[in-house]
Amino acid sequence: MGNGTGIGRVRGLGSARHGAHHWLAQRYTAVGNLLLTLWLLFSLLSLPGLDYESVVGWIANPVVAVPLMLMVVSIFMHLRLGMQVMLEDYVHDKGLAFFSMLVLNFYAFGGAAAGVFAIAKIAFIGVVKP
Amino acid sequence: MARSNSRPLSPHLTIWKWGPAMAVSIMHRVTGNGLATAGALGLIWWLMAAATGPEAYATFVKCATSPIGYLVMIGLSWFFFQHLFSGLRHFVLDMGAGYELKNNKLWSIATFIASLLVTGLVWLTIFGKAL
Repeated sequence: MGNGTGIGRVRGLGSARHGAHHWLAQRYTAVGNLLLTLWLLFSLLSLPGLDYESVVGWIANPVVAVPLMLMVVSIFMHLRLGMQVMLEDYVHDKGLAFFSMLVLNFYAFGGAAAGVFAIAKIAFIGVVKP
Repeated sequence: MARSNSRPLSPHLTIWKWGPAMAVSIMHRVTGNGLATAGALGLIWWLMAAATGPEAYATFVKCATSPIGYLVMIGLSWFFFQHLFSGLRHFVLDMGAGYELKNNKLWSIATFIASLLVTGLVWLTIFGKAL
């Protein structure tokens, strides 16, 4: 076990060995985004049309719904990490920084949940007749 | 942060000479946050509209295929490819490669050329199919 720097040792703030976690998670989700968004792009471009029936019929397919859910989760994890870094750089007021991080977390988890719910509804119910 | 306002700040964007590496770095943040907000909300709107039914989907398509809708989609697709290519550049830099001045400049410029080319190609495909 490392003990951090001298001053950190004195303060009892040695390395927690989590320093690279944020950085690595940003890269893992980046790879996920790269593969899944390119898959979505090529799939949409090769669909016969982008009308309601074509799109919903396509998403309802299990081999589409599952990777699409993974894409939504990967995207919202990645944007949470990325926007966190931006806010840390530009929001200097402590209270405002806390509040903006709160809003960011609500946005990221809410957005991911909404996306997964929408895909699940399409997968289970399919085309809705007007 | 607890700091006195009378103390000088370190020189920021206004003082440096612009170069490709600086531009690609700034654009990575701009495109990332643009995609994180407008792009992600658009994606959720599209999925929610498809999940809600034909009328909601028709409203989405009507907005997306309006002149402003196309402008937003073309802009976001360029943001997407710019972020993608400068993200790939990040992977190379993360491995400790590509820091030589000439190479760094070359690949910085390459991300802009690649993103513009691929954006153009994608929209040519889309508009070409519609014809």
